[in-house]
Amino acid sequence: MSITLTEKAAEHVKEFFANRGKGVALRLGVKTTGCSGMAYVMEFADSIEDTDEVFESHGVKVIVDKKSLIYLAGTELDYTKEGLNEGFQFNNPNVKDSCGCGESFTV
Amino acid sequence: MALIQISEPGQSSKPHERKLAVGIDLGTTNSLVATVRSGKAVTLPDEKGEHLLPSVVYYAKDKSILVGTAAKQHKITDPLNTITSVKRYMGRSLEDIKAKESPLHYEFVQTDSNVPRIKTQAGNVSAIEVSAEILSVLKQRAELSLGDELTGAVITVPAYFDDAQRQATKDAARLAGLNVLRLINEPTAAAVAYGLDKISNGVIAVYDLGGGTFDISILRVTQGVFEVLATAGDTALGGDDFDNVIANWIKQQLDLDADIDKSLRNQITHAACQAKQTLTTERSADITIKFPDKEATLTLSREQLNSLIDPLIKKTLLPCRRALRDAQVELEEIKAVVMVGGSTRVLRVRDKVGEFFQQQPMVDSNPDTVVALGAEIQADVLVGNKAESDLLLLDVVPLSLGLETMGELVEKIIPRNTTIPVTRAQDFTTYKDGQTAMSIHVVQGERELVSDCRSLGRFSLKGIPPLVAGSARIRVTFEVDADGLLHVSAREETTGVESGIEVKPSYGLTDSEIEKMLLDSMEHAEEDIAARMLHEQQVEADRVLEALAAALEDDGDILSEQERQKIDAAAQQLAKIKTGNDDRAIKQAMQELDKVAEVFVSRRMDSNIRKAMAGHNVDEFKAQD
Repeated sequence: MSITLTEKAAEHVKEFFANRGKGVALRLGVKTTGCSGMAYVMEFADSIEDTDEVFESHGVKVIVDKKSLIYLAGTELDYTKEGLNEGFQFNNPNVKDSCGCGESFTV
Repeated sequence: MALIQISEPGQSSKPHERKLAVGIDLGTTNSLVATVRSGKAVTLPDEKGEHLLPSVVYYAKDKSILVGTAAKQHKITDPLNTITSVKRYMGRSLEDIKAKESPLHYEFVQTDSNVPRIKTQAGNVSAIEVSAEILSVLKQRAELSLGDELTGAVITVPAYFDDAQRQATKDAARLAGLNVLRLINEPTAAAVAYGLDKISNGVIAVYDLGGGTFDISILRVTQGVFEVLATAGDTALGGDDFDNVIANWIKQQLDLDADIDKSLRNQITHAACQAKQTLTTERSADITIKFPDKEATLTLSREQLNSLIDPLIKKTLLPCRRALRDAQVELEEIKAVVMVGGSTRVLRVRDKVGEFFQQQPMVDSNPDTVVALGAEIQADVLVGNKAESDLLLLDVVPLSLGLETMGELVEKIIPRNTTIPVTRAQDFTTYKDGQTAMSIHVVQGERELVSDCRSLGRFSLKGIPPLVAGSARIRVTFEVDADGLLHVSAREETTGVESGIEVKPSYGLTDSEIEKMLLDSMEHAEEDIAARMLHEQQVEADRVLEALAAALEDDGDILSEQERQKIDAAAQQLAKIKTGNDDRAIKQAMQELDKVAEVFVSRRMDSNIRKAMAGHNVDEFKAQD
């Protein structure tokens, strides 16, 4: 199972990388914290580690460490607007339950 | 559903612990709020996609409050309840406002706290409250845009804002429920937005030409640290003046009188502004003016525009030169010139500024939003969203800060253009024997006499142990924090008694007043120094007479009647002359007195060697040489 980006998400990722001026890949991951078990990690990455799996979607290189991949496999990353707010959204098939805010989830 | 942003490596925050920061450009005409999304600073639009929020607040009869474009619509129909340009009232007393504005645009009500209130149909409001309404709208917009509560905000203020005006801005933010991380100067924010913290070392200039004001700032960047070296400007010069000269040209071309009706005047002003904007991209602009019976079309070429506005641009270059001089930097040292304000879109302005600074000015960023973006970049650093950042902004005090000493003279503690935060202390002593209290009067300004400077506040230090004049040691400390707010404290060193004040917004100064004070100090330099010398001699004379009287009281019996008469006569002469305004005559009279009192001094020494060893009496008679 791979990780994919919607075209819109890819466009925004490229824009943010261009603005930052450096970085080799977009890191996605999870960490065990938050009110409902796990939370998403999304960061600019300046290097790729040996433990990372590398995916490519719409010209964006995405890296996920092997441990996180268990919880993220099949995820599609989207970019959406909700009213004035806008940002990335994880469409993660592994999620069984998420807290009200959507920042953390359980599998 | 929270939406996620990309973080710097290792900086992903825990859920519900996201540190959301905004930068706010609280402008006279328009305000903006900016945030960082996935590492990129952006200004935030409202529901209609508008980024600029007009700084206008309308107070309706039913006590509802409108802010922004909705409020602006009431300006013509209900001007007294529609507050515009409230920034110019921030931190100012009613006297200040009256002196500046005639006739007053609003009905003001004086209050006990010295903060005047504007009378509206929804109640009386202070400038702080009006500003808070604007900030509340921006805060709400930011929270809707970020999906959570804000951690903090950085708000920009003009470089010339004094303590009272900065404090008022902070109070407005607090009232709006914003946590103020820091206030930063507008030019400093613009420099940050251009990433000039990345250049290793060098001096940069920020040229800010808005609709109605002009500011020039010279900043030094040292390994990512900003330091404002000097600021100058013109508070009555901006893009509106460009429009006016074009409008006058149109009137001239059409042979129109000065007293044309209001709608025609508005039409011409609007056409002038449009032509100015067209000429930033085109070589010529067509101007059509509609009359009831006919239509007239004119063509304004870029060359014609240039010759019209050149005198205005030239007026901005004078403060540039002054700022360079104040900063003590040479033209060759300027590494970059940043352009801020909508009027810097005019090509001629860019050319002339480039010519003056002998380099291409930086114009890549939108000159309207660059200040808000810089504030946000700073805010993001301050809440800790950047991995390793030592970005620290330093600013300067716009006018010298000091205190009143005997004879209504100003002792400057922190000179103008000192970088902040800064702490300076100076020791003072008592003037009279047995003095147990000292009144400390904090003033701001460049002049030598207290009456020509600005009073910021007073407090007194009580509980000084009664000692001989001149032997108590009182340390007065002036502290200006990173936001430019002043705290003054006084401490008697032997007993440790302490007292102090925080400068509150009871008074304020505008840019033009500061400019005026600076100009006055130069214009009046000679008379100021003369006045200072006179006052110094008068204080000295008082001190001599006081000491003499005390000595005569103690040991007057060692003098013969004739000797006593001579001394008394000389003392009377001095007392009389010192009320005049001839400092040389006072000095001479003191020397006379010194001469006739010589016998007394030496005899006193003989008769009371121990007293003489303590030194203070003799000293007092010898100090006038």
